[in-house]
Amino acid sequence: MSPQQIADNRRMLTRLSIVAVFMFGFGYALVPFYDRICIALGINSLEVRAEPAANTQVDLTRTVTVEFDANSHGMPWRFEPKVRHMQVHPGQLVNVDYEVSNVRSAAVTGQAVVSYGPSLAGRYVRKLDCFCFTQQTLAAGEVRRMPVSFVLDATLPAGINTVTLSYTFFEVAGKS
Amino acid sequence: MSAVVDTHGHDGHGHDAHGGGYHGAGGIMRWVTTTNHKDIGTLYLWFSFIMFMTGGAMAMAIRLELFSPGIQFFNPDLFNQFTTMHGLIMLFGAIMPAFVGFANWQIPIMIGAPDMAFARLNNWSFWLLPFAATLLVMSFFTPGGAPGVGWTLYAPLTVQMGMGMDLTIFAVHLLGMSSILGSINIITTILNMRAPGMTMMRLPLFVWTWLITAYLLVAAMPVLAGAVTMTLTDRHFGTSFFNAAGGGDPVLYQHIFWFFGHPEVYIIALPAFGVVSQVLPAFSRKPLFGYASMVYATSAIAILSFIVWAHHMYTVGMPVQGQLFFMYATTLIAIPTGVKVFNWVATMWKGSLTFETPMLFAIGFLFLFTLGGFTGLMLSLVPIDIQLHDTYYVVAHFHYVMVAGALFAAFAGVYFWFPKWTGKMYDETLGQWHFWLTMIFFNMIFFVQHFLGLAGMPRRIPDYPLIFETWNKISSIGAFGFGLTQLLFLYIILKAIRSGEKAPQKPWEGADSLEWTHLPTPVPYHSFETPPVLK
Ligand code: HEM
Ligand SMILES: [Cu+2]
Repeated sequence: MSPQQIADNRRMLTRLSIVAVFMFGFGYALVPFYDRICIALGINSLEVRAEPAANTQVDLTRTVTVEFDANSHGMPWRFEPKVRHMQVHPGQLVNVDYEVSNVRSAAVTGQAVVSYGPSLAGRYVRKLDCFCFTQQTLAAGEVRRMPVSFVLDATLPAGINTVTLSYTFFEVAGKS
Repeated sequence: MSAVVDTHGHDGHGHDAHGGGYHGAGGIMRWVTTTNHKDIGTLYLWFSFIMFMTGGAMAMAIRLELFSPGIQFFNPDLFNQFTTMHGLIMLFGAIMPAFVGFANWQIPIMIGAPDMAFARLNNWSFWLLPFAATLLVMSFFTPGGAPGVGWTLYAPLTVQMGMGMDLTIFAVHLLGMSSILGSINIITTILNMRAPGMTMMRLPLFVWTWLITAYLLVAAMPVLAGAVTMTLTDRHFGTSFFNAAGGGDPVLYQHIFWFFGHPEVYIIALPAFGVVSQVLPAFSRKPLFGYASMVYATSAIAILSFIVWAHHMYTVGMPVQGQLFFMYATTLIAIPTGVKVFNWVATMWKGSLTFETPMLFAIGFLFLFTLGGFTGLMLSLVPIDIQLHDTYYVVAHFHYVMVAGALFAAFAGVYFWFPKWTGKMYDETLGQWHFWLTMIFFNMIFFVQHFLGLAGMPRRIPDYPLIFETWNKISSIGAFGFGLTQLLFLYIILKAIRSGEKAPQKPWEGADSLEWTHLPTPVPYHSFETPPVLK
């Protein structure tokens, strides 16, 4: 290669490297850009309520049976609801407790995953607080009571008279 | 044939002191220290084949589990790790390096250059890859295993995974670095190192498609590097780009990822288009139809590919105007793609066709890639995609474009150039077997997955309802057959290297690019040290 060509190639290398570095920065620039777009279009804002406050008045004319279920999937945890079922009115705030105990002689981390029966009912269960929102770490032998607070939405379809909340704990691998 | 020897004779090449064999360090050090584009091309191709086998083994495991409903062999965690690593390894370890291997071998000898522009950088680009591959495979053996988040590495799961995730992130950094350096090298070689008279519009189409691909890589890879770096800092350094608990947004990850991700699918497809555009004319004994329109169509595809990313995200809840924009932009890509398909068919039209193995794979590509393009077009339509998103229909779509597209083209390329590279012929009968078995088993695996997807089977699950059993069984049997067939490919290559017949100077009558007309077969270790004279 002639010295001229070597110099040309070097220049090209520098230019293209600058493009690459620039595009790396561009990836980061997408972050504020995305924020702006969301604000401009009024979507996905964390401060603004996503939907107008719904009528949460209690519908005393209806009574729905809510069943509570608990499983732990291949984990050394004993996990059960303190009540198995209760009668609630749509719109009424319900608080229930689950109890979990770690029978292993070491700390274990778990994550609960919820499923609903019938699955259609899921979107009408408005959870205000739940132990399934975060991972739970239990020390060896620890016993813990964990709350769930929820409201059954008053628009729950008339055909649904029983709703089951079933929680399953999975071990979070690599954390114990 | 004598014309050929004449031409290379007056170039002063072939049998002079530099022309013949290799003179440097021996043994393994030859491969570690080599800066020769042919050696490095060979390294890329073998590396790619090893990764193809590794990713393939995981695919076999996936299909084994899906052979029957229920959980038989692997727990769901491990299953997810297999699907994730299968995707990453096949894309970044098998397909991309295979085409970089072709680029290394072919670009200098197609444009009349003595080597790549930056020979040492080239060595380094390659040797980053084995380290990246080691990191990926190592992640299986960390506590918590490899990441089971899917090859797209979506937040929020990536923020929660164990340390296998960190290894994967570093592997992606290395892979990205390798691709970017490789691309810079390719662009510089093509723009600065052409022989006098090799004008841009005389470049073989393979070189053109690689030029455009390399630009895509330089523009898109750093964005992926940014996305995984953000994931890394979210995990360990308290940032909240994607961590919703800290005010971040997981959907933002998807936007950044797919800004890279859609160009990436063309990074994989364009070099495949290039190979096919060399093979089809050679076996049709006609020049490529519509050369200039091919160049423009390729550029159009490349530019459009940057404005369609959110067609992977129709279901995240974007405003309807957004859906419409991305839908129209995506369907627009079908036009340049259609131009290419039309040109390939027109190249074959009234040609005197013969059907040796490279041609068979190229025609297989043409049929099946077009089918994958059609399903892509269907997926680009918002109302249909809302039904089909994350079902097996999508799995079928992208395997038609990636396996029947990119992989078939790679096979075509290997059979086509193998005689040039080694001076040996492969066994044509076995090659034909390889093609037909690959073709049949491929469709057995993936055609039925369209039905599964339309019937609603989600992707990335280890278990499924009983109604899906029949098609899954067929798909799995096809997969095992496909896997075994690729061992036949290995056998064909090894057999040809060890005891293949001597290749004639120009085994393919219609091949007309520089490497066939101006260089002896096999290509000497050093070629075009003085540029060829082009009329
Ligand atoms: C006419 C051209 C094409 C169109 C219109 C198209 C359209 C689409 C759309 C809309 C999706 C999203 C489907 C969903 O997730 O619901 C998709 C997925 C995908 N496409 Fe294509 N595509 C085209 C060509 C290609 C090519 C050439 C490749 C690669 C060589 C490719 C690879 C993929 C992959 C890998 C995915 C799945 C990504 C994932 O979620 O993991 N496509 N395509
Ligand atoms: Cu896409």
